[in-house]
Amino acid sequence: MSDTVISVEGLSKRYLVGHQAARGERYETLRETVTRGVRRFGRTALDMARGRQIIQGDTVEEFWALKDLSFEIKRGEVVGVIGRNGAGKSTLLKILSRITEPTKGRVTIRGRVASLLEVGTGFHPELTGRENIYLNGAILGMTRAEIKAKFDEIVDFAEVEKFLDTPVKRYSSGMYVRLAFAVAAHLEPEILVVDEVLSVGDAEFQRKCLGKMKDVSAGQGRTVLFVSHNMPSVQQLCTSGLMLSHGTALYRGSIDGTIAQYMSSLDQTSRQELRSRKDREGDGRLRVVDVSFHDERGNHVEAAICGQPLRVRIHYESRYDGQEMPVDVAFNLRSNNGILLTCFANIQTGAERLAVHRKGYFECLWPKVNLRSGSYMSTLFVGVEEQTADWLQNAFQIPVEEGNFFGTGRLVTRDHGDLVMDQVWTGAPT
Amino acid sequence: MTIESHEIVLEAGRAERNYWRDLWRYRELFQVLAGRDVAVRYKQTVIGIVWAVMRPFLTMLIFTIIFSRIAKLPSDGDAPYALMVLAGLLPWTFFSTALGDASLSLVTNSNLISKVYFPRLIIPTATIVVSFVDLLISFVILVAMMVWYRFAPTVNILALPLFVIMAFLTSLGPGLWITALNVKYRDFRYIIPFMLQFGLYVSPVGFSSTAVPEQWRLLYSLNPMVGVIDGFRWCILGGNSHIYWPSLTSTAVITVFFLWLGIRQFRKMEKTFADLI
Ligand SMILES: Nc1ncnc2c1ncn2[C@@H]1O[C@H](COP(=O)(O)OP(=O)(O)OP(=O)(O)O)[C@@H](O)[C@H]1O
Ligand SMILES: [Mg+2]
Repeated sequence: MSDTVISVEGLSKRYLVGHQAARGERYETLRETVTRGVRRFGRTALDMARGRQIIQGDTVEEFWALKDLSFEIKRGEVVGVIGRNGAGKSTLLKILSRITEPTKGRVTIRGRVASLLEVGTGFHPELTGRENIYLNGAILGMTRAEIKAKFDEIVDFAEVEKFLDTPVKRYSSGMYVRLAFAVAAHLEPEILVVDEVLSVGDAEFQRKCLGKMKDVSAGQGRTVLFVSHNMPSVQQLCTSGLMLSHGTALYRGSIDGTIAQYMSSLDQTSRQELRSRKDREGDGRLRVVDVSFHDERGNHVEAAICGQPLRVRIHYESRYDGQEMPVDVAFNLRSNNGILLTCFANIQTGAERLAVHRKGYFECLWPKVNLRSGSYMSTLFVGVEEQTADWLQNAFQIPVEEGNFFGTGRLVTRDHGDLVMDQVWTGAPT
Repeated sequence: MTIESHEIVLEAGRAERNYWRDLWRYRELFQVLAGRDVAVRYKQTVIGIVWAVMRPFLTMLIFTIIFSRIAKLPSDGDAPYALMVLAGLLPWTFFSTALGDASLSLVTNSNLISKVYFPRLIIPTATIVVSFVDLLISFVILVAMMVWYRFAPTVNILALPLFVIMAFLTSLGPGLWITALNVKYRDFRYIIPFMLQFGLYVSPVGFSSTAVPEQWRLLYSLNPMVGVIDGFRWCILGGNSHIYWPSLTSTAVITVFFLWLGIRQFRKMEKTFADLI
């Protein structure tokens, strides 16, 4: 038997996406509306008659989420799949786990695949913890006998013995997440495919899960594909890496090499851009050269996670030498369709005087990111002593990933607008 | 765990060679999902069971009043009218909840479909099982009514399981077909309740199919529920009701046709569900 468990040859995946044609800012004539309506109706009817997919919008565009991707994975490898938002990582995993079909190319898989694209898939709030363990296990591909054999271990791992026969809707959010993780951590397929699921749940429990998965792969020669934006955990867990960019493989090799490649690609795209932009206003006493994102502890991150803290650092170079002076640093956020969502500015918070160095950064701590997944464009303004020093339209984007905003263990997805709000629900008789 | 080393090749448009074997391999998931749906339905036990029993009972009362008292339609033989209505209502209620719930099942389970692989056929079928449990529960009122009317069943009752299976298959075919279409053309959601409402009045639920003029009877039997309802009546009401063979045959043919159509349509569209949903 060959040692290659997954081989991917020329894999491509096409999605069809609809666009709304750009409308005139103010109004359009009735005639235009009618013609567009008729054209759209005609296309829908035609598609329906041919049994094709119906796409909302005025024009339909093909979008290749994966393009001519080829690579091989050997038995026992733990492969970290990394790349920026929209690079096609989740699409690749969905194809490998047979959720969706490739458009072109071919994948050969030897062995049983289990995929973990979300923790607690199929959990039902009305059912008890016990029932949900069986349900979730079966959904993830375990047999009843397997679940039964591991049942006690799962319960121990999740530390929920006392609440086994309580409906999970009565669980605290922490318990819910632990139970969901516990089932997932006890999967023992030959090939395990894991998407960003570990970004929810508390750090301690994450470590426990990663440890468990690592044991599984090291001890029993299982193969793991692991997608994450969290480089430390990728580095810790993986033995080799695959970097995707716009649907193609940019790098396949050692994990350190992959991460290095990824980091340098990030630098290239963002760092030089801001520094070298010419379309800026201001007298230049202070120039923004870079914007970077960091997590609570200050580690560099690629994207914000919904529900987590984010530090936005605005790096600059200036003519000043550590003086504390009145500065006005502001950036706003626009959604994809150009709507102004909000503005962050130091003067709103009363922090009107900040120290300005030759080289330094201003940092804005956003304690709980309440944006749904997507990318948000920002315009940046810095004023020094009431004069505009640097003003950059569309200076940077904040990519935001789905996160466990409400602490329920479920990701908040982008289906319902751009913002997520903290909220408390109760019911009462009147 | 048994390590079965099998090789899978994923390619565009590759017909699943082992489709049915794969389905068999996922039978446990089917059990678990059907179990979940049933458990959730009857979790608030009182409401769930009362609802399953009350709905056909109230409809039976209303239909008996409208069709027997007001429209003065005849029953089958000397069977009490209410009993005849109930014998038709049971399979019809099953058919309509099965179809209605199945058509929404993929959309309500979109989370599963976009996150895990399994033969998608499992979802609508598991939903139909729930309606099936409702049917079994509502047999309780049938028994109660028969006791009330002191109406003894004949040996015909032994054939009832056969017609129950027939009702199941008759619902499954159109159920799968509509389920598949509903993912792509979400407007079906609004059409289905209307169709079912309409179907209730064109099917022989509130009246006996003998009330249909002889020359129209064959055409009328194109509605597959006619054969199923007649069959239920024949089993339950014994000699008072007669089997009309042409309609039974047409039900069988149409059921097989819809099963073929439903499964074909479903399999054709199944691979794109995750992209569309
Ligand atoms: N069902 C779909 N229909 C249309 N486009 C889709 C669909 N699913 C994904 N895409 C597009 O395919 C591209 C790749 O998406 P994918 O989810 O694989 O990215 P990713 O690498 O996982 O990104 P992230 O890091 O944000 O999770 C994206 O541009 C996305 O918009
Ligand atoms: Mg993804």
